[in-house]
Amino acid sequence: MNQASSPVVLEGVRKTFGSTVALDDVTLDVHAGELFGLVGPDGGGKTTLFRILTTLLVPDAGTATVLGRDVVRDLWEIRRRVGYMPGRFSLYPDLSVEENLRFFASVFGTTLEKGYDIIAPIYQQIEPFKERRAGQLSGGMKQKLALSCALVHRPEVLFLDEPTTGVDAVSRREFWDLLHDLQASGLTIVVSTPYMDEADRCDRVALVQTGRILAIDEPGAVGARFPRPLFAVHGVPRHATIEALRAFPHAVSVHPFGDTLHYSDARVSLAPAQVITEVREWLGARGIAEVAVTPIAPGIEDAFMALMGDESDATTAGAA
Amino acid sequence: MRAPERIQALAAFVIKEMRHILRDRQTLTILLLLPLAQVVLFGFAIRTDVNDIRLAIVDAAPDDATLALRARFTGNGRFRIVATAATVDVLEPLFRRGEADVALVIAPGLARALADGTPARLQLITDASNPNTGTTMQTYAGAVIRTWQAALPGARQGVTIEPQVRMLFNPTLESVNLFVPGLIALVLTLVTAQMTAISLSREKERGTLEILLVSPLRPWQIILGKVAPYLLLAFANVVTALVAAWVVFRVPFRGSLLLLLAASTLYALVGLALGVLIAARTESQRTAMMGSMIGTMLPSTLLSGMIFPIASLPWPLQLVSNIVPARWFIVIVRGIMLKGAGVVHLWQELLVLTVMFTVLLAVAIRSFRARLA
Repeated sequence: MNQASSPVVLEGVRKTFGSTVALDDVTLDVHAGELFGLVGPDGGGKTTLFRILTTLLVPDAGTATVLGRDVVRDLWEIRRRVGYMPGRFSLYPDLSVEENLRFFASVFGTTLEKGYDIIAPIYQQIEPFKERRAGQLSGGMKQKLALSCALVHRPEVLFLDEPTTGVDAVSRREFWDLLHDLQASGLTIVVSTPYMDEADRCDRVALVQTGRILAIDEPGAVGARFPRPLFAVHGVPRHATIEALRAFPHAVSVHPFGDTLHYSDARVSLAPAQVITEVREWLGARGIAEVAVTPIAPGIEDAFMALMGDESDATTAGAA
Repeated sequence: MRAPERIQALAAFVIKEMRHILRDRQTLTILLLLPLAQVVLFGFAIRTDVNDIRLAIVDAAPDDATLALRARFTGNGRFRIVATAATVDVLEPLFRRGEADVALVIAPGLARALADGTPARLQLITDASNPNTGTTMQTYAGAVIRTWQAALPGARQGVTIEPQVRMLFNPTLESVNLFVPGLIALVLTLVTAQMTAISLSREKERGTLEILLVSPLRPWQIILGKVAPYLLLAFANVVTALVAAWVVFRVPFRGSLLLLLAASTLYALVGLALGVLIAARTESQRTAMMGSMIGTMLPSTLLSGMIFPIASLPWPLQLVSNIVPARWFIVIVRGIMLKGAGVVHLWQELLVLTVMFTVLLAVAIRSFRARLA
């Protein structure tokens, strides 16, 4: 896929608010028909990125194009051709489901009927409640209504800013299924999420942290970027295990993951069995019971933590 | 987007806005009843005209002329004579105890002075502890003296009146007539400037403005769609205020209703532009409310001549009052309602409002950007 046909392209985009750098030299392109994820913690610059792409903000430096149009110069054409669902529920709570939908259809110069087939899979789930005020909908239903409103004018690119934040696990899964259905109809979707587990549902992800892109790759490949052997470590008591492991001379990182700890060792070429033996001895000597150490394949979250660590080291080094 | 679609989008916006207004029943009820309540409350509560003025007369040497003058006061229904004395010594205790409102002091030799054509000296002393009623009483007493003077045969220019009161200029005789125009201005300010500011900043706060901005809607469509329903509401309020004023207080309406409605529309547009401007510059509903309170409601009440005459303001505030739209609008409404004035008499005020509207609209559209921040 060459860049010219990419529906979303950012090159060296920088945006500051006062002394805060919200985006720093962001370069990425989203392929046509792709479900592209921006993954990273809150405050990382994801929303600013969306606002630049939806022509709400002007970048301080660099260029951004959507559907081949410049976000600064061609704002009116872009606004007609993209759909945007902001991070917050942003519909009129005192208007009914149907009134909201018809209003946003009119705003885009179309009607509910003309856009019905594209929103049908989503809208039909809430259509039985179309007389209900939007403010009285459940979280999952609000989200479906907001998505319907963002889609009713048949956009070519859809921007979704943290659509699953504050939504229950079942609704989240359903929502991602819907996004895959939409993608199958040819829509290009850019979606952001703070949840690492949702990254696996994207075609490609960009890891975003403090305004910088740490990595762009397929979700599976991002994990493979993890540079060192990784082990799951279990020990009782847990907190003492963390302390002891961090004191181990070869430890690079120790992060709690659910019940276990993910431990990475500095000695890249050492045999895993040797590392396991040494770790067990080290922990046993420090009174940790029930020690279990197993080698594991790094996931996207491990990679993210490692990249974040490198990033902050680089920042510290740069500042020093 | 083609023109029909733009109109359709605008119509949808206006309908949406009317739904917001109609569904917020409490606010709507308050807004509709407000002019009625205000006319009645202000009409009864803040009346500056006074009846039963207690008058003390100091007449050192009674003669035909002084008796004739005193008879004028006795015959006037507004005055009640509480004391008649030969020296001014009685006055201070009377005023201090609050038993007299106005004192008329007649210097000896009034009849001879009138006959000779030499200056005759009359002194009016008014309790000005309430400046508004003080001025009114002063005006009434002065009017009685002028009537008496006008009825004098021959040399009538010889009488000099020395009013002794903190000077306040209030040409009023019937305060409620003067309040109604001010109330119309106040209600219009509230419904246009304040409600638009609140409603627009609500869209900001809810995040819906962000979606509207990402849509193909142009800023003028958003602004027009936002203000159109409030213009209708403003119209309803003007009519309510006029009907209430006539039914409850028989406030006369001497001029052209059409001109008044046209002027009200102009004033409402000024208010709406101000509201948009305030909303564009504030981030939350609460600040928009405070902003419109300080930026529009207070000046419209205090610096418009509605309650305090412009001439009684300190000069810096008099200067400021020139940029208060209500100041000009009140002159227009008073002119139309009370004097039956037409465009010929009011074109200057109308022009001032038109200029204000143009400037505010330009600034409002400039501050209401097509983007965030």
